Amino acid sequence: MPADRDETSTGDFVRLIFPAAPLAVRDALGRLFATLPDELPASDRATAEIVISEVLNNIVEHAYGGDGGQIELSIWPIAGGLQCAVTDHGAMMPGATLPGGTRPATDSAELPEGGFGWHLIRSLARNIRYLRLGETNLLTFHLPEEQSPASE
Amino acid sequence: MNIEGELIDGILVVRVLEPRIDAAVAIQFKDRMREVMRQPAARVLLDLSRVGFLDSSGLGAVVAVKKLAGPDRSLELAALSPAVDKVFRLTRMDLVFTIHLAAPDGVGHAG
Repeated sequence: MPADRDETSTGDFVRLIFPAAPLAVRDALGRLFATLPDELPASDRATAEIVISEVLNNIVEHAYGGDGGQIELSIWPIAGGLQCAVTDHGAMMPGATLPGGTRPATDSAELPEGGFGWHLIRSLARNIRYLRLGETNLLTFHLPEEQSPASE
Repeated sequence: MNIEGELIDGILVVRVLEPRIDAAVAIQFKDRMREVMRQPAARVLLDLSRVGFLDSSGLGAVVAVKKLAGPDRSLELAALSPAVDKVFRLTRMDLVFTIHLAAPDGVGHAG
């Protein structure tokens, strides 16, 4: 089995290992969403895809700085939604803490072209935790079902 | 990147014939839009009906294209799918763009 491309699916538990590159991330999202149950509502699917793709893009661009590496994504159902764990071996988050995720101002003369990623993650995911374990980054988060509203 | 522009009643209707505008294609999207928008028109309507997903990089690219259009040309959006709509609403970018529920039907390949 190639070390950089692995897939495990035991019951409802899905684990994907793939290279940290934009097209590999796109491919992994496609494989992940093919494994999720068809009865998952479209809005929950959209939430999951937005959050997971932002998390993975950040790893590609910031943790690995575009130089590639390996990402491991695990996802499994828990009460009220889906739980995700993502690991990489890139650079630590600045200050070893999660970015704030303030929404970029859209009422200024110069519209923002970036900085939306963590705002989207924080708007949609719950119980976001970050740990630096040796040379590994571990990010875990909960994707609530639509019934548990995304706003507090 | 598969993007087609068509002039309909003075409006440049630009159809994105791709399932995603994401980090993998954000730069190609901007480059192709720059080409398509060489055609003069006071209004540009971006038909996103085929786009099922847009991430923050894709959103940034759409904002960049709005700037590219300049102050004398409006960039409007049409036919946002649920996931795309969600990204625009959460970032309040839905207040920055004029968003139409549907895109006008073109003459297809007749022209």
